[in-house]
Amino acid sequence: MIKNFYNMKQQNIEAEVIPADKEKIKKIWKVTAILGAITVLEFIIALGMPGEGGIFKTITFILMTLVKAGYIVSEFMHLGHEAKALIYSILIPCVFVLWLILALLIQGTAIYDVLF
Amino acid sequence: MASSAIVVEENKDLWAGGAEPMKASYGKLMMWFFLLSDAFTFSSLLITYGLIRFSHQVYEGAYSAFEFSQNYWPLPDFVFDGLPLLHGIHAPLVFVGIMTFILILSSVTMVLAVEAGQRNDRPAVEKWMLWTILGGIVFLSCQAWEWTHFINGKDIGMSLMDGSIFYGANLSFNQYGPPNFATLFFFITGFHGFHVFSGVVINFIIFYQATTGVLARRGTYEMVEKVGLYWHFVDLVWVFVFTFFYLI
Repeated sequence: MIKNFYNMKQQNIEAEVIPADKEKIKKIWKVTAILGAITVLEFIIALGMPGEGGIFKTITFILMTLVKAGYIVSEFMHLGHEAKALIYSILIPCVFVLWLILALLIQGTAIYDVLF
Repeated sequence: MASSAIVVEENKDLWAGGAEPMKASYGKLMMWFFLLSDAFTFSSLLITYGLIRFSHQVYEGAYSAFEFSQNYWPLPDFVFDGLPLLHGIHAPLVFVGIMTFILILSSVTMVLAVEAGQRNDRPAVEKWMLWTILGGIVFLSCQAWEWTHFINGKDIGMSLMDGSIFYGANLSFNQYGPPNFATLFFFITGFHGFHVFSGVVINFIIFYQATTGVLARRGTYEMVEKVGLYWHFVDLVWVFVFTFFYLI
């Protein structure tokens, strides 16, 4: 059945190949370079100052991770170029994640206080 | 006069109701919502890691004097410091760093496959899909090594109460720190690894469909875009796993 369906459509097969858009490909490699650079920077920080930095280092790592995530989602996954309604219907539910972070980390500290 | 023809092309993105909500095809939109739910799953796992880590003691001593102990959470630099073929070298993060780059690169080749698909460029789709699959397989192989290393343990084991020495990790014990440390490691990197594995399988199916011309006959390479979304999501999760497990 399925095979027949495709054969039926075969009359207008092989859509035309459109030549590559140099700008678009350049942009892909630019995002790659940014992602790579941030990762390299993370390494320099992690290896360059082991055991130092404390909370500031942690915050720097998390911010860098969020920047990387932003580039992956908006450029690689193309979400930044979708309709506004789609962008918001994906991003707004993530508020629940923020809530969970807050709730469970407070809970973790509370467990720590009981145990130690 | 030049001959011209009017081609009425049906819009393949229209849903059965004849509309196109949020200017996305049905499949793509549903992939996005699936990924959102998957993001919740991974968030819960990583936040649980945070909860359990916050409820354990922190190592307070000097960095260079660090020793594994059941009493506090280990420093990742000392747990994940191995490299294949280079036994005994303390190289923190280097191997996972390589893994991170492999996954980012395979994400890039996936973007290039999607881009080629939008241009109906079948040879380019095949080429970039193949590179993506290869990147996924290399990543999985690295993870297999990483797990083996983690399970087999270090040269110096952990002395148990009965006088025997325990090396490495399983779901109840591990020489690196509190039992939950290894449990979370297995669960989270394992769940991510399984996502990578299914991603490779799905990518292969679409690669197969591209090479056999199924996608060309369908007239659209949108399938490549959909599996591309999944693949980028796997990369996205790794970015977070990398930070919370290995960096912090």
